[in-house]
Amino acid sequence: MLKSPKGTLMRSALAGAALLVCLAVAKVQAEPSKSFGLGRPATVEEIQAWNIDVRPDGQGLPKGKGNPAKGEAIFAAKCAICHGDFGEGVDRWPVLAGGGDTLKSEDPVKTVGSYWPYLSTAYDYIYRAMPYGNAQTLKPDEVYSIIAYILLMNDVIEDEQFELSNENFTAVRLPNEKNFIDDLRPDTPTLKQAEPCMKDCKTDVKVTRRAQVLDVTPKNEDETAGRGAID
Amino acid sequence: MSRKKKKSIETDVTASRREFLRSSIAAGGAIVAGSAAAHADSDPAITDLQEWSRYLGDGVDRAPYGVPSEHEKHVVRRYVGWLTASVESSVNFTPLHELDGIITPNGLCFERHHGGVAEVEPDKYRLMINGLVEKPLVFTLDDLKRFPRKNQINFLECAANSGMEWRGAQLNGCQFTHGMVHNVMYTGVPLRYLLEEAGLKTNAKWIMPEGGDASGMNRSVPLFKALDDCLIAFKMNGEALRPEQGYPVRLVVPGWEGNMWVKWIRRIEVGDEPWHAREETSKYTDLMANGKARRFTWEMDCKSVITNPSPEAPLKHDKGATVITGLAWSGRGTIPRVDVTLDGGRNWHAARVDGPSLDKSLHRFYYEFDWNGAPLLLQSRAVDSTGYIQPTKDELRTARGENSIYHNNGIQTWHVKNGGEVENVEVS
Repeated sequence: MLKSPKGTLMRSALAGAALLVCLAVAKVQAEPSKSFGLGRPATVEEIQAWNIDVRPDGQGLPKGKGNPAKGEAIFAAKCAICHGDFGEGVDRWPVLAGGGDTLKSEDPVKTVGSYWPYLSTAYDYIYRAMPYGNAQTLKPDEVYSIIAYILLMNDVIEDEQFELSNENFTAVRLPNEKNFIDDLRPDTPTLKQAEPCMKDCKTDVKVTRRAQVLDVTPKNEDETAGRGAID
Repeated sequence: MSRKKKKSIETDVTASRREFLRSSIAAGGAIVAGSAAAHADSDPAITDLQEWSRYLGDGVDRAPYGVPSEHEKHVVRRYVGWLTASVESSVNFTPLHELDGIITPNGLCFERHHGGVAEVEPDKYRLMINGLVEKPLVFTLDDLKRFPRKNQINFLECAANSGMEWRGAQLNGCQFTHGMVHNVMYTGVPLRYLLEEAGLKTNAKWIMPEGGDASGMNRSVPLFKALDDCLIAFKMNGEALRPEQGYPVRLVVPGWEGNMWVKWIRRIEVGDEPWHAREETSKYTDLMANGKARRFTWEMDCKSVITNPSPEAPLKHDKGATVITGLAWSGRGTIPRVDVTLDGGRNWHAARVDGPSLDKSLHRFYYEFDWNGAPLLLQSRAVDSTGYIQPTKDELRTARGENSIYHNNGIQTWHVKNGGEVENVEVS
């Protein structure tokens, strides 16, 4: 980004400012950091065994490749029992495909195509947690193939021969990436606006909604479906 | 000695003692006749010799690990079948209406797992720190216990607590509407010590804690929080973590959503950018009415709820002296103020916070009054130490719509009806 000599200068000026801030912070800290001499160095092999995370910039992607056709076969064998043949979701298991244009509706369907901001999340999550009950067993080519099939089901790619690999992975962008924003709370009144009312705050109070109308509260072994989910 | 034999030996003595007791009660009754209850109204719980007063009870060690009285068998975590696809990736709820004070007993702390309860063998427990550090390290459980320890009482609330209530009153019980919160004293090592032991590189800005369970739970936590008040905890309320709470080691992230408190933690990677893991993109992001979604909504907002009376804990007594009690908490500090209304928000009264007022911990409040037996519309409203006022559910809906699932800290209304029955309602 900052490649001009001017840029380099700017960068070092920034670094200098940051260093000053660090020094200022270090001065007020009561306990300076000290070593306890505990723990032992992790070996390269140990780090490789556990270092399974993948980031949006591609950090952590293993070498490998796959296409939708191979992915469909693996998906049918290992994923469809919960997610359905076309990612439609069985029972309450997650829906993986479709849901476009539903995010503003009463029933948003949050899928890889309609909601997820980054494709790397699919690699990270599928390898670490799937197949459900047999985690961390898929080979890289299997994960790339499954993701290619999910992309096809979501119309993010249209070519059934598309080969997804660690080389072109970060070039694939998901349509909803731009719709993620930062935390805007507090977004309701605080004491800065006004003291909470204590006396004669309302003239009329009516019951507007009642839980007993729905009757979805578990009583012993009752199983009645309510609306919404916790995740 | 068998109970039977014991009985026969003691029969004569006891019989004569009871006769003596009876005659003295009669005599006493005669003396105060007219000013106290007549003999016929006397309580057999007092006038009859109870078994527990007569026979020896169990000796020590009947239950080497103690359990609650058999009369408290109903005080358990409960599960809502229709909420989730399987019990291994699901949640149950703390029975808040059965508890008092601020500490949640270990066996009643709600559970939320994404790949079932990992049964980690403590001898094979390892915590790795890698990424942007000078020396990647591995710690055993024994290593962790050689660092200086800290004790902290903190609430843990699931970001989805009350999430089923965004579209209106749905679940008729405080356990289900608010039971994804618990409050525990943790003992552990400040995460800061472990990160400093590995040596943070200057470009370190984030950490990624990762669980050793079958979901490999991972989240991105900004470094400023990790260095501030996070703990690597191995004890809860004095004893080892329960398996369902992350045995042998979990992360404590005070005031922030429960999903970040990675259980069975096996690894912490240090990085310069967040990971955008599944649990901070697909889940635990707050979808607004306009289709935008807020991410990294970590802090749990100031919230309160009346736990008694509530739908599972109706008022069983007549008019007269009545105690209202509940819980209040904030991920941003302490709770200096809780107000209670009996009439759906027309008029409010200051409640009394009793017990410790600790940073990012549950607070217990009480409001005592003379109930006239008429229906009530009960609400509580907390204000935290930053001046944040617990909002109404309508204020939240106006700001965010009804699709956000998470961070519903709106004011709860309980409708106490004639006879003391209570229903979860919303009011105008």
